[in-house]
Amino acid sequence: MIINFILNGEEVNYDAYPGETLFELLRRYHHYEVKGNNCKTGECGACTVLIDDKPIPSCTLLVGKVIGKRVTTIKGIGDIDNPDLIQKSFVEEGAIQCGYCIPGIIISVEGLLRKNPNPTKDDIKEALSSHICRCTGYVQQIEAVEKAIQKIKEGK
Amino acid sequence: MSKVIKEEKIIKEFNTVGKNVEKYDGLPLATGQPLFTDDIFLPNMLYAKIMTSPYPHAEIVEIDESEALKIPGVRIILSYKNTPRIAHTTAGQGYPEPSPYDHFMFDKKVRFIGDRVCAVGGDSIEIVEEAISKIKVTYKELPFVLDPEEAIKGDVIIHSEDDISGVYDKNRNIISHVEIPIGDVENELKESFYKIEEEIYFTQPVQHTPIETHIAITYFDEYGNLIVRSSTQVPFHIRRILSKILEFPMKKIRVIKPRIGGGFGVKQELLIEDICSLMTIRTKRPVRMELTRKEEFISSRLRHPSKIWIRIGADKDGKLNVIDLKVLLNNGGYGTHGPTVLFNSGSKTLPLYNKVKAVRFIGDAVYTNLPVSGAFRGYGATNGYFALESAMDDLANLMGIDPIELRKINHISEGETSPIFEKLGEGKEGITQYIESSALSKCIEIGKNEIEWEKWRGKRVRNGNLVRGVGMAIMMQGSGIPLVDMAGARAKLNDDGTLHLFIGATDIGTGSDTILAQILSEEVGIPYEDIKVYSSDTDFTPFDTGAYASSTTYISGGAVKRAGNEIKRKIISYASKLMNENPENLIIKERSVVNIITGEKISLKEIGERSFYDFEQEQIEASASFVSPKSPPPFAAHFVLIDLDLETGKIIPIKYVAVNDIGVIIHPNLTKGQAIGSIVQGLGFALTEELIYSKKGVMLNPSFLDYKLLTSVDIPEINVKFIETYDPTGPFGAKSVAEININGPAPAIRNAVLDAVGIKLNSLPMTPEKVFKAILNSGIKI
Repeated sequence: MIINFILNGEEVNYDAYPGETLFELLRRYHHYEVKGNNCKTGECGACTVLIDDKPIPSCTLLVGKVIGKRVTTIKGIGDIDNPDLIQKSFVEEGAIQCGYCIPGIIISVEGLLRKNPNPTKDDIKEALSSHICRCTGYVQQIEAVEKAIQKIKEGK
Repeated sequence: MSKVIKEEKIIKEFNTVGKNVEKYDGLPLATGQPLFTDDIFLPNMLYAKIMTSPYPHAEIVEIDESEALKIPGVRIILSYKNTPRIAHTTAGQGYPEPSPYDHFMFDKKVRFIGDRVCAVGGDSIEIVEEAISKIKVTYKELPFVLDPEEAIKGDVIIHSEDDISGVYDKNRNIISHVEIPIGDVENELKESFYKIEEEIYFTQPVQHTPIETHIAITYFDEYGNLIVRSSTQVPFHIRRILSKILEFPMKKIRVIKPRIGGGFGVKQELLIEDICSLMTIRTKRPVRMELTRKEEFISSRLRHPSKIWIRIGADKDGKLNVIDLKVLLNNGGYGTHGPTVLFNSGSKTLPLYNKVKAVRFIGDAVYTNLPVSGAFRGYGATNGYFALESAMDDLANLMGIDPIELRKINHISEGETSPIFEKLGEGKEGITQYIESSALSKCIEIGKNEIEWEKWRGKRVRNGNLVRGVGMAIMMQGSGIPLVDMAGARAKLNDDGTLHLFIGATDIGTGSDTILAQILSEEVGIPYEDIKVYSSDTDFTPFDTGAYASSTTYISGGAVKRAGNEIKRKIISYASKLMNENPENLIIKERSVVNIITGEKISLKEIGERSFYDFEQEQIEASASFVSPKSPPPFAAHFVLIDLDLETGKIIPIKYVAVNDIGVIIHPNLTKGQAIGSIVQGLGFALTEELIYSKKGVMLNPSFLDYKLLTSVDIPEINVKFIETYDPTGPFGAKSVAEININGPAPAIRNAVLDAVGIKLNSLPMTPEKVFKAILNSGIKI
């Protein structure tokens, strides 16, 4: 079944299998920026993408649900030559260790900021709580988000 | 004091060391580059999966694959019937490994629920799963044993094979036994004025839960070499073990570690690479295997559940006379890492209180029919410290003195040693060493002020149902395994004046590629940005034992520093001929070799170019190795402020302070991340994480829904501080930071509960249920 959606600003027509999840589809079309596939229940959050502006684990989403929607992976946030402020902040604040959970976490931060450009620390913690990062202990990630918000405000 | 001042001078002179340079792989990771094992596409790839045992202990009578083989797309089924039977250990350790050779690729017997029965390779994972559902296995169930104290009675024998080796006593399921008495323990206890006797502590099974589970992709290259792309902490050990158990020439095996999604010890193990490799050898096709989250929980490795007995005796004035520590480890169905984790539960803890007149360590690592324990950050020390640091607080309470004072009187200091260093090594005798750097006393003082110890200690401040308590613990670890861990490094100069660094060291997210480049940058005198790092490829990088035992900064860093020193010498020697100047007057500075007398300079780019094309042509490069007779311990003092909810039994950590002496800090942000990450893992170990088994050995909660990891909303304020010391044996004075901080949270919180309500919680994790029951039993009025 050909399904149509907007992936990182571009219209795509992908041939989906019956019962296929968005995660499986994206990986099958070589979108390796979406990480994680081992829990398959949305518990770890690593495979999170934005559906329109909402962060959702792509492993829990059947492809039919994204027809006509805007899907944003980390590649739609910024790339290696042109990273955005959140990505840069994560690098600068030591918020990345192994980095496997990071694309999903940054997607959730993007989702939070689209909804609420002035989140409190508790809002940030809440947004990160749908992700498991086993390396960092979250502290530097929360700091990175705060720093990114500061930079966005300063227009840097 | 003069020494300290001199050290500070050395620290201040650094250019790159101590700076937050951009993490080498930071931006590629933040932008989702295809860096991980699974992020490649290989045509014609097979998917592989292991069929696991549903019984805790059984003989395989028959495996009938006939129905499975009829399914289109099923390409290969491996079992004991068609694979080599070569005893080995799955532990990725220095050779010969201290772990017993008690594992076979496939065996006729299964020893825990989750053990290998057979493995299927097919055109899709769905085909493979269907095939597994069609394989008929006839088992003969055997009596099983889950409790190590039952296991050592020997009524059930888990490993009776004739072709295994290295097991201490097969008939009693004892993998490793140690008994090290120093001095007269019983007499010293008798003579001691204050005694803590026969306190027993329990630690639970927990899992590392790397967010990327074990994954490997194997394939043949154009020359018939077997390429093993694997999420591993130990590529060189994987190559060695594979060659042996596949009977395949080592020369033709190349192990590549791409970025890996977390390890924490669980990837210091050969768990899936053998099956993928053999399938590739037999089918000539690429093979991919990735453990599901459930498989990661039940079939990979755990932290050893343990039972620990401790007795301590002290003088009237608080001076410790004797420590008697006894450890029983539940290793599960195989003995991987058993002897070494066992030894480390004593060797990394007992030297902390080195002034005792007598000390004894007795330990057993025992087989049971539970899932297998292995290496986990802290490596036995975490278990040992829960008992030791809890007992120290009990002793202080008994004496009526401040537990901080008790520790200050007794802890090891610079210039001192402990007989334990010599007696306890890695599953064998160790090596004598003296402490050449320690700021432990200062760590304790700073942490005490930071947590406001005097304000909270013993006050039991109430706020409704909440009672406040404060607790602490001190700890040490090591930096690599002395005279075992070896690392190689190679650097070469390019014709643009930059350097390539080749290291076997394995960056598992810790940032070792970054800090090793910093060390090269500092030593040679070129900018960090001018260094390109290639690591962890058994064909193209020099040997390194791998990422474990807090060894990479110290051991691999030592090799990089030496290689840097050598290439610097070669660059200057080459330049001295070009410039017709004595090498002693030349230094490397600002991307050039500079004559310090005349100011004349020649760029590294020009040196690179001319060395390639027109003057005394050669590849300027250097190789070096490092192995250390020492394992300098980092030290830490941890403090925690908690609220205990008397109505629910919930322990709420409010503020956590960890003050570390890890030597000179190479990269402050990465160092902080190692410390905080360890603390949060340690908090989970203390409070929420526990794998639960049924009476038949079924793991009941192998998922992130039911295995309770802390998330961003659960963590307290965490304040990590570093007191820099200079260890003369480490690269630029560095020691290590990867493991030490996981040892603190469990005893510190346990001691804070003791402060808050006077209850001793000696069994982990300290769940609300346990705390509430303990409160009820204690008769405390709520």
